[in-house]
Amino acid sequence: MISRLVLLLKRDLGLLLFGGRRGGTLLPLLFFLAVAMLFPFAVGPDAPLLARTGGGVIWVAALLAAILPLDRLVEPDLELGFFDQWALRGIAEEWLLLVRIIAHWLSFGPPLMIVALPASALLGIDGNQLRIVELGLLAGTPGLAAIGVTVAALTAGLRGGAALGGMLVVPLAVPLLVFGAGSLATGGTGGLALTGAVSLILLAIAPFAAGAAVRGARG
Amino acid sequence: MQATFLHDCYLTALDLACRRGERVLFRELSFALAPGDALQVTGANGVGKSSLIRILAGLLRPFHGSVESEGAVGLVDERPALDPQLALGKALAFWAGFDGTGIMAREAISDRLGLSGLLDVPVRYLSTGQKKRAALARLLGQKAPVWLLDEPLNGLDTSASKTVESLIAEHCEAGGIVLVASHQAIALPSPRRIDLAEFAP
Repeated sequence: MISRLVLLLKRDLGLLLFGGRRGGTLLPLLFFLAVAMLFPFAVGPDAPLLARTGGGVIWVAALLAAILPLDRLVEPDLELGFFDQWALRGIAEEWLLLVRIIAHWLSFGPPLMIVALPASALLGIDGNQLRIVELGLLAGTPGLAAIGVTVAALTAGLRGGAALGGMLVVPLAVPLLVFGAGSLATGGTGGLALTGAVSLILLAIAPFAAGAAVRGARG
Repeated sequence: MQATFLHDCYLTALDLACRRGERVLFRELSFALAPGDALQVTGANGVGKSSLIRILAGLLRPFHGSVESEGAVGLVDERPALDPQLALGKALAFWAGFDGTGIMAREAISDRLGLSGLLDVPVRYLSTGQKKRAALARLLGQKAPVWLLDEPLNGLDTSASKTVESLIAEHCEAGGIVLVASHQAIALPSPRRIDLAEFAP
């Protein structure tokens, strides 16, 4: 069982990380950087204002970057019959989607944390704020990955599923955004802890919700 | 190349009915397959052959009735479950790793189905018949005693069709069960046939 899950993780990472299907992980990162680059142009050369709002911009950009690969998280495998074949081999959908959440997070979470370094330089965020941003992303992005996979499973097979998926992720991500970006304003660890707590709750629910959605889509 | 199945497999359908949307496609369908049995389900398009296969595989809930089976189920339908952007060899290797198929067995299977020369070709460039043969290679590697084949001859040329027929015969000889849903004529070891149209309400 464990070796099968490792195989699954390898395949999922191959698909999501190295651009197996359209774009890979590079596109969301470039998108993230582009937003961080455009923001100073839009706000103007007011360094204190940029530094104060920059953390929030990074969070919004992270959320949008996590939405980009939504349509290739679940739907292609459903269409190609992969989920049927796994079901025949007696592997619960919950395991499959848990592995997919891990793969999705690995493909955008850590890369995003690295790209956040140049992004915060562009936005003039100082060392202490940067530390909170990075810790917040570490705590929050697993939750974003869980939401992303769940919504991708729910909208798989629907017409216009990708657009609908984006609309569904945004409200679900509000608690993460409030606590994650909020921890920057308060500067304390309370916000970070709450971000982590929301992430953990989402991670606990997501495999079951997404598994039920995949079973339902099979109809 | 076929293993003998040590445990007894069976596949039994009890008073099955299938409803898609508002329409009942078939009802009161019962049959029992024992080791070595082959059965062809025939009928026009839309009569419910694919739905029956999915019900038997446990992927679709029957409207009424139940399915009992023993032994792993292998399924080949119109979707090959192979990653389109991967080379065929790599795409098959994923399932071989998953099913624990040995290197020797893998090579024998590719040879048998005439896929040896295609292992470097990305799956999306394969023709319909080649994809079907690849899906059969995945099935052989799975070593499942119960085979459910949905239109296995679609897109296959004459010689590949012959290969499929002999694979089915060997599988039955080894004690496996084969259920074929096809509107085409196919030579099976036992001439059992069910016309699904007779079970339409």
